Amino acid sequence: MTSNPALAANTKPWRDPAAKPFISIRNVTKRFGDFTAVDDVSLDVYRSELFCLLGGSGCGKSTLLRMLSGFETPTAGQILIDGQDMAGVPADKRPTNMMFQSYALFPHMSVEKNIAYGLLREGKSKAEAYERVGEMLKLVKLEKFASRKPHQLSGGQRQRVALARALAKQPKLLLLDEPLGALDKKLREETQFELVNIQETLGVTFIVVTHDQDEAMTLATRIGVMTEGVITQVGEPREIYETPKSRFVADFIGSVNLIEGKAGPAAPDLMRVETDDLGPVVVPPTAGLTQGQTVWLAIRPERVWLTREPRPDIANSVPGVVQDMGYVGHMSSYVVRLANGRLIRVTQANESRRDTPITWDEQVHVGFEPSDFRVLTQ
Amino acid sequence: MSPDPQSQGAPKPRRYKPLTMLAAGLAGLAGALFVGWLALPPGLQAALFLIIAPAFVYFLISRRMGWSDRWMVIAIPLLWFFVFFLVPFFVLGRISLAETMIARPPYSPLWETDRDGNLEIIASLENYRFILGDALYLNAYLSSIKVAFISTIFALLLGYPIAYYIARSPEPRRSILLLLVILPFWTSFLLRVYAWIGFLRREGVINNVLMWLGVIDEPLVMMQTDFAVYIGIVYTYLPFMILPLYANLVKLDDALLEAASDLGARPSVTFLTVTLPLSMPGIIAGSMLVFIPAIGEYVIPALLGGPDTLMIGRTLWDEFFSARDWPVASAVAIVMLFLVVAPTMWLQSVQNRQEERD
Repeated sequence: MTSNPALAANTKPWRDPAAKPFISIRNVTKRFGDFTAVDDVSLDVYRSELFCLLGGSGCGKSTLLRMLSGFETPTAGQILIDGQDMAGVPADKRPTNMMFQSYALFPHMSVEKNIAYGLLREGKSKAEAYERVGEMLKLVKLEKFASRKPHQLSGGQRQRVALARALAKQPKLLLLDEPLGALDKKLREETQFELVNIQETLGVTFIVVTHDQDEAMTLATRIGVMTEGVITQVGEPREIYETPKSRFVADFIGSVNLIEGKAGPAAPDLMRVETDDLGPVVVPPTAGLTQGQTVWLAIRPERVWLTREPRPDIANSVPGVVQDMGYVGHMSSYVVRLANGRLIRVTQANESRRDTPITWDEQVHVGFEPSDFRVLTQ
Repeated sequence: MSPDPQSQGAPKPRRYKPLTMLAAGLAGLAGALFVGWLALPPGLQAALFLIIAPAFVYFLISRRMGWSDRWMVIAIPLLWFFVFFLVPFFVLGRISLAETMIARPPYSPLWETDRDGNLEIIASLENYRFILGDALYLNAYLSSIKVAFISTIFALLLGYPIAYYIARSPEPRRSILLLLVILPFWTSFLLRVYAWIGFLRREGVINNVLMWLGVIDEPLVMMQTDFAVYIGIVYTYLPFMILPLYANLVKLDDALLEAASDLGARPSVTFLTVTLPLSMPGIIAGSMLVFIPAIGEYVIPALLGGPDTLMIGRTLWDEFFSARDWPVASAVAIVMLFLVVAPTMWLQSVQNRQEERD
């Protein structure tokens, strides 16, 4: 992410074991009847972070957010915000604000009044409140729309009103539930960067819930991947992508080829894994593996070499036939069928216009650099 | 405001305009239909039939001839409106301009030919002058409006919490509660008003229970008072308040309440700033549905009210059947109709202006 290592300690407090977390979620569980929505989750988020909770629908991410905002009470566990225990603190007394997925703008109030709503509730005078409203409108570039009603706005404008309303009270923590979910693709890409800019300008801590991995990768300082009520991995976007800890995370974020095999004897520099699909494969040594243990080799499609001629310089190379191909412009994606029927996904950047591209039914070789493999045990 | 191209497609929230119109129509019908049809001379009845029958046939044929279905849909209400509202209204209006006579029908004809064969139109506003000049009628109107207004307020105060509770209930219970609200309609309205006599009279249920409990020594006088009239009207019209309110409140988005609470509003503040303003269309519709029929109410004051309970419905009845003064009675009915229509039209225009401003 950052290229300046001197800054890393400051901008990445989670790397510093002495740093004090701003939000502490400790062994939080939430059950609805027999159903466990959130299962013993512990998570620390640091000041000024933009933390993304990423997961499919029903994974418990929204429930976790609603417990932070005070709409749900944890069945067990503790939530601390800025050192203060949130147990028994109702939603209207918490230092958090939420941006709802549906935006939940008050339909009978103008944009101005929507944004002023929270300010007037904390006892600010009208003049003070509307001064702040003016600032917020400027921040989200909606000065001209102050007297409009929500139904007179486009989706993108409503999204910005919702953001302004949630930020107006200068919350310690802003919770965003699928903030870009209702926008179309192009608008979403623009708004992503706007959101990050606003967050960096104000320094407010954001926790964003999303099911969209691209969104999470673009926005987040760190991502927590959730499934079935459990956070399976927390890390920076790059960590999550490059060094997933489980097959679930590897598969959920981006696209991946997973190859099952049995670990060979431990070795100091390169290790062997016996696979049915690729035969013996050379991988980097991985600690904690016992000989004969089942492992999965994960490799991203863009790390797979695809050539017409065999590449003797690559340790693992297997012949195959191009079964399918898709041209996307800046890259092409291929599905290559190996001799035993196993399909391998490969993507290649279209760097030059001159090359004759590899196409359907061509005999090809797929090569795997040992260091591009990630060895997974679960 | 400059028009923003993006806002053009934004959906407008539906208001209760048709409901208030329906309410106005129904209230007009109550008076006009009742008297109008009685007043219809047999000749006019035949003439009406001669208009309606061909219109109906033409309407059926035109459908075959491929007229747009829109006309088909609108024709039936139009026809209904014409036959049961406009025609009786004009008949009433015509009678209200006549003089009372001992004849059949008991009012003067609209025109006469004098000895020279000149056509003479006999119409005067004398009856209206009489009504507006006589304190009895004025008081009856004012007291009807007062009774209707107070009853509407109580129906709203009682109906709002009930509607709110039903709308917030989980699904299976909600249906049962709604059914309970509608259930009284399965019994005759008259029977239900009579049942109240059993509760309110001197040796009625309420007095007996209170005496037995020792709360009172003397039975309370409740029957034949304004109190009994209020009880009867609020009881009878409560479902008309609850149902539109329920229909409105059930649509209320939970996220809006959560958003208010998230922004620091206590539950009471959330109610006043979000729930209440958003349920305004339901409040207006429900209040109209109670207020309008309550103005012209006849049965409840007749059965539960005392001799000094003055309401226009009763005055109307007395004028027609005791005094047999049809022209004055017609004028009373027409004035009542305008009393009912005026607030409806006013509310309508307020709503329209509101919508335009949005």
